[in-house]
Amino acid sequence: MKHEVVSNSNAEIVRLENAHKIYQMGTQDVNALAGITLSFTRGSFWAIMGPSGSGKSTMMNILGCLDHLTSGRYILEGQDVSTLDDDSLSELRLRKFGFIFQSFNLIAQLTVQRNIELPLYYLGWDGGRSAERARVLAQKIGLEERLKHRPAELSGGQMQRVAIARALANDPQIIFADEPTGNLDTTTGEQILQLLVELNELGKTIIMVTHESYIAAHAKHRLYMLDGLVERIDGDD
Amino acid sequence: MHQIKIVRNILLGIENLLLHKLRSLLTTLGIVFGVGSVVAMLSVGEGASKEALDSIRKLGSNNIIINAIKSIDDEAASTTRTRMSIYGLTYKDHVRVVETFKTIRQAAPVKLIRKEGRLRERALELRVVGTTPSWFELVQRPVIAGRVLLPSDENDRVPVAVLTEFGARRLLATENTIGQPLRIGGDYFEVVGIVKSESGQASNIQIPDQEVDAYIPISVARTYFGDVISRRTAGTREREMVELHQMIVQVNSTEDVEPTAKGIENMLKRFHKKKDYHISVPLALLRQAEATKRTFNIVLGSIAGISLLVGGIGIMNIMLASVTERTQEIGVRRAIGAKRRQIISQFLIETVVLSIIGGLIGIGMGVLVPSLITYFAGMPTVITLESIVLPLVISFGVGIIFGLYPAVRAAKVDPIVALRHE
Ligand SMILES: Nc1ncnc2c1ncn2[C@@H]1O[C@H](COP(=O)(O)OP(=O)(O)OP(=O)(O)O)[C@@H](O)[C@H]1O
Ligand SMILES: [Mg+2]
Repeated sequence: MKHEVVSNSNAEIVRLENAHKIYQMGTQDVNALAGITLSFTRGSFWAIMGPSGSGKSTMMNILGCLDHLTSGRYILEGQDVSTLDDDSLSELRLRKFGFIFQSFNLIAQLTVQRNIELPLYYLGWDGGRSAERARVLAQKIGLEERLKHRPAELSGGQMQRVAIARALANDPQIIFADEPTGNLDTTTGEQILQLLVELNELGKTIIMVTHESYIAAHAKHRLYMLDGLVERIDGDD
Repeated sequence: MHQIKIVRNILLGIENLLLHKLRSLLTTLGIVFGVGSVVAMLSVGEGASKEALDSIRKLGSNNIIINAIKSIDDEAASTTRTRMSIYGLTYKDHVRVVETFKTIRQAAPVKLIRKEGRLRERALELRVVGTTPSWFELVQRPVIAGRVLLPSDENDRVPVAVLTEFGARRLLATENTIGQPLRIGGDYFEVVGIVKSESGQASNIQIPDQEVDAYIPISVARTYFGDVISRRTAGTREREMVELHQMIVQVNSTEDVEPTAKGIENMLKRFHKKKDYHISVPLALLRQAEATKRTFNIVLGSIAGISLLVGGIGIMNIMLASVTERTQEIGVRRAIGAKRRQIISQFLIETVVLSIIGGLIGIGMGVLVPSLITYFAGMPTVITLESIVLPLVISFGVGIIFGLYPAVRAAKVDPIVALRHE
């Protein structure tokens, strides 16, 4: 069963092999991931669904290199990242990933522009070039005139759009979105999702956690989780 | 390229601190006062010890000064009606000292005389010093007009007088007075010169310039006025016999100062039944003053150290709170790809910038306070380059030391945990 997913096709971007994540809660072990094997192809758009506590966020964190597996392997673009040290993982996130969170996670003290520029700062871009890129991205999300504003002065939808612009600043290969519409109303949620669909059409791989099936319907594939395992998969292809 | 990045990081740090102006200011207050008090105390201490050291230095580091003192039992004896107290240094002492010690380059005897004096219409009690020409070489005073005493004045007992600047002022004498007769007691002296007066000597060791009006050759003083001083106070007739009130001895080199002083002491001990003299060694006093200054600096350093420690802990405390408060920010930065050491340097730069700003404000205060002290209390203060550079270096160090722990704590923030709790 494992081997049919484990192909060495160029199209594969991430692969989990018998991935376990065990949290120790006192004397009790919580199997947040209980031996997952899966593979996502480049340019795909996945919606991860499942009841609360089924391990969706845990899997996202693993795939986003924010966390280590307890056992098993995680192969990113053919490279086993399970053994990488903290600095290398930071470097991976910096160059390959973009993150979008349910609670936006913009830095309150920084202006929209500075928030968008954040990945570029760590990439070592100079100020002028960063500002130009921030402007282009802000234009793309329709918030060009808000560059000097602080997050508190924006609506939820606008904040999430800024978060998307920030996630795009480093031109990532994969965008991880953990319940990106969770804090937004339906209309705004739809708008945000439209942005993600467009990005996917431009070739970005998108992995998104959601509870809403109408949101998940926009993805090309859906993966249902239950108790740390993949329950089922359905897709448009 | 790398430098540009550091500058940018510092600018970002300042930008961040400016977001919380009041808190940043309060945070750095400990450093402000710590550094401020260091600078202020250093400059006051430096000023005080400089004054003390200068006054001792003015006595001459190669000099030994021997003063005549009235011993205590003598003091008691002189209250009885007509007894005459005899004490102090003698002409013989002077000759013996000069002849015995080969290390002595020159020596000057000092004899104090108080007599009624008159210059033209101006009459007042004069304070006259009888001495030899050597005095003017030992205690260097610039000549304002005329000349100082000459060996021929001394040898030929020429009645001449050299006025001090103070004396000239009291007697209303000017350059034109030179050549005119000055009456001292019952005798006339020709005014031959005026020398500059200096203030700020250690008065208990040397006779201060402002307490002398004129110098005359000691040979003349001795023949004209003798050695007995009688004073009438409240019906009591007090008579004293003092040959010399003071001797100033200059040795050839600094190394000779202490052995010679010891030798003189032993010699005087042999010829004086009572201890009616006191030997002062400016060099020893200088060393003592320097030692005192060192002790003072150590005490000062400890106080400064403690206040900076308190300031540093204050900064650390606030930075730790700031780390907790900014957990989410740190999580975001880490998720985006910031390495641990980049988080460390971000917080470290903030702390260092904060403490250096505190240090700069403190230096400003520490410079202002001493000038106010000088202005209002007239106390001398000295601001040295050290007293500014040192606190700056220290506040940088404080920033590094007390910023390190909060920065490391910040870098240890787990992005997953940070991003989950909202
Ligand atoms: N840091 C942790 N320590 C202990 N247990 C944890 C930790 N993080 C997650 N868990 C547990 O792991 C399981 C999976 O959690 P996870 O956050 O992945 O669920 P989820 O599917 O994202 O749920 P939700 O839809 O509510 O966000 C849960 O039982 C949770 O309690
Ligand atoms: Mg979750």
